Amino acid sequence: MNRKYITTIIVIAFFLSPLFLNSYWVDVLNNIGIYAILALSLNFILGDTGLFHMGHAAFFAVGAYTTAILNTMYHIPIILLIPFSGITAAIFAYLVARPIIHLRGDYLLIVTIGIVEIVRIALINNIFGLTGGSNGIFGISRPNLLGLVIRRPEHFFYYIWIFLAISVFLFERLRNSRFGRALNYIKEDEVAAEGTGVNIARYKLIAFVIGAFWAGMVGNIYASKMTIISPESFTFWESVVYFCIVILGGSGSISGVILGSFLLIGLPEIFREFSQARMLAFGLAMIIMMIVRPQGLIPPPPRKYDVYMDKKFAEN
Amino acid sequence: MALLHLKNLTKYFGGLAAVDDVSFDVEEGSIVGLIGPNGAGKTTVFNLITGHYVPDKGEIIFDGQNLVKKPTHQIVSLGIARTFQTIRLFKELSVLENAMSGYHCRMKAGIFACMFKPRWQREEEKRAIDIAIKELEFVGLKVDLEQKAKNLSYGNQRLLEIARALATSPKLIILDEPAGGMNDQETQELIQLIRNIRDRKITVLLIEHDMNLVMDVCEYIVVLDNGKKISEGSPEQVREDPRVIEAYLGIDEE
Repeated sequence: MNRKYITTIIVIAFFLSPLFLNSYWVDVLNNIGIYAILALSLNFILGDTGLFHMGHAAFFAVGAYTTAILNTMYHIPIILLIPFSGITAAIFAYLVARPIIHLRGDYLLIVTIGIVEIVRIALINNIFGLTGGSNGIFGISRPNLLGLVIRRPEHFFYYIWIFLAISVFLFERLRNSRFGRALNYIKEDEVAAEGTGVNIARYKLIAFVIGAFWAGMVGNIYASKMTIISPESFTFWESVVYFCIVILGGSGSISGVILGSFLLIGLPEIFREFSQARMLAFGLAMIIMMIVRPQGLIPPPPRKYDVYMDKKFAEN
Repeated sequence: MALLHLKNLTKYFGGLAAVDDVSFDVEEGSIVGLIGPNGAGKTTVFNLITGHYVPDKGEIIFDGQNLVKKPTHQIVSLGIARTFQTIRLFKELSVLENAMSGYHCRMKAGIFACMFKPRWQREEEKRAIDIAIKELEFVGLKVDLEQKAKNLSYGNQRLLEIARALATSPKLIILDEPAGGMNDQETQELIQLIRNIRDRKITVLLIEHDMNLVMDVCEYIVVLDNGKKISEGSPEQVREDPRVIEAYLGIDEE
């Protein structure tokens, strides 16, 4: 009970933090939020299902460019484009993942790296004359939520973190269901999962599609926050950062992934004055972490079932 | 018509016929044993039935349907469950969740139902837990619900595999060396368990090296050697068959 109390207080304090932080730090929190949602969507694929996917920035890019193109060319409101960006990213994920879904471990990893590079190079080359080449697209409008234009970092703080809270709520529900268990069965032992009746190809594909759907929606938020996007925001390195957040925080653990985002995105900001040295310390910290705590900072907690409780009552 | 009917089943690995023109029937409600020396092709036959391999030739008819080229998960939902020779549990998950995995194929909830949890989804979830617990009780593992599967003893891990297979509500259960790594007492309990499974009208097909178990529990035995069927019949018939004795003990070449 006490723990629940403390968590509530921290969450409330966090949601009030824009009141006493300057715009710079609020923007840092916004970045953390964006990375956290992206990492949560990757966690679905990498953490829960165990698929080594290092090209998540590709789905993020598809979502961001969908929003940018449709908003600048046809002036469709940003908010309406949120689900649409998710859907285009999901369709893209379905098309690229379908032929490679049976690949295992390292092979899948290499192919997904290929995908993110292809997307980046396609964007630089101004594919279909839509993406604006290496300059990208500028002049994307701000989200307009029922007359309230979201513009200042404080606005975006609530916009992003409420979106994150909804995502966490839904992901947690998915985790505690037939669907979440099926993903874990696949992660634990593919052959046994198929042998007990789980359609593994289908579930892997759905994991990809849902992860991409969420990444696409974050792409929309990112595009409207920056108002300008260019291919350099969607590099292989970005994908590596999401990957590290998930592995460092704890594969399959929602709270772990959020903590991971704070550490990987927030800490470098705090130690900004040490410039290059901080990245060195950072790399070292990652190495040490992987040696002493390979399961991540907060490994996923076991699911709870009512029957566990019943049994304890029965014993008393 | 038999529950499971194999006809001229053939599978090559490279040039080697791992299973060579094997035909036999498994009658509904029986306990059938598949035996043979190492490398005789027993597990390959199992993998063909469960769809892990596709046969090069032949038919597998189960309950009136041809299983050839059907994916494994679909074969499971048609009513064939299996256990593995080398234990394959979901080690980091709880015993309960391992048993629940069997019921997965009988559940309907899709992604939206899992997110928004309508009433029918919660009831389905409850039913899955009830069935998992019922099967765990049946094999005698109900006390360990919350344990991680990897923390069970070897014998109990085998029982958990059986519970997981039973949770798929199969018509036919295929056991691949269920007594492997069990001591005498555990084996005796296993024999009783196999009979109890049959008493629930579930047909049993098993591979086993422990001859005492096979002769004791099986009503019908099929013997393979070098991928070919060399004998079949009741335990008494098979035991007396000179070809079987030859396959197991070798023969003097004089």
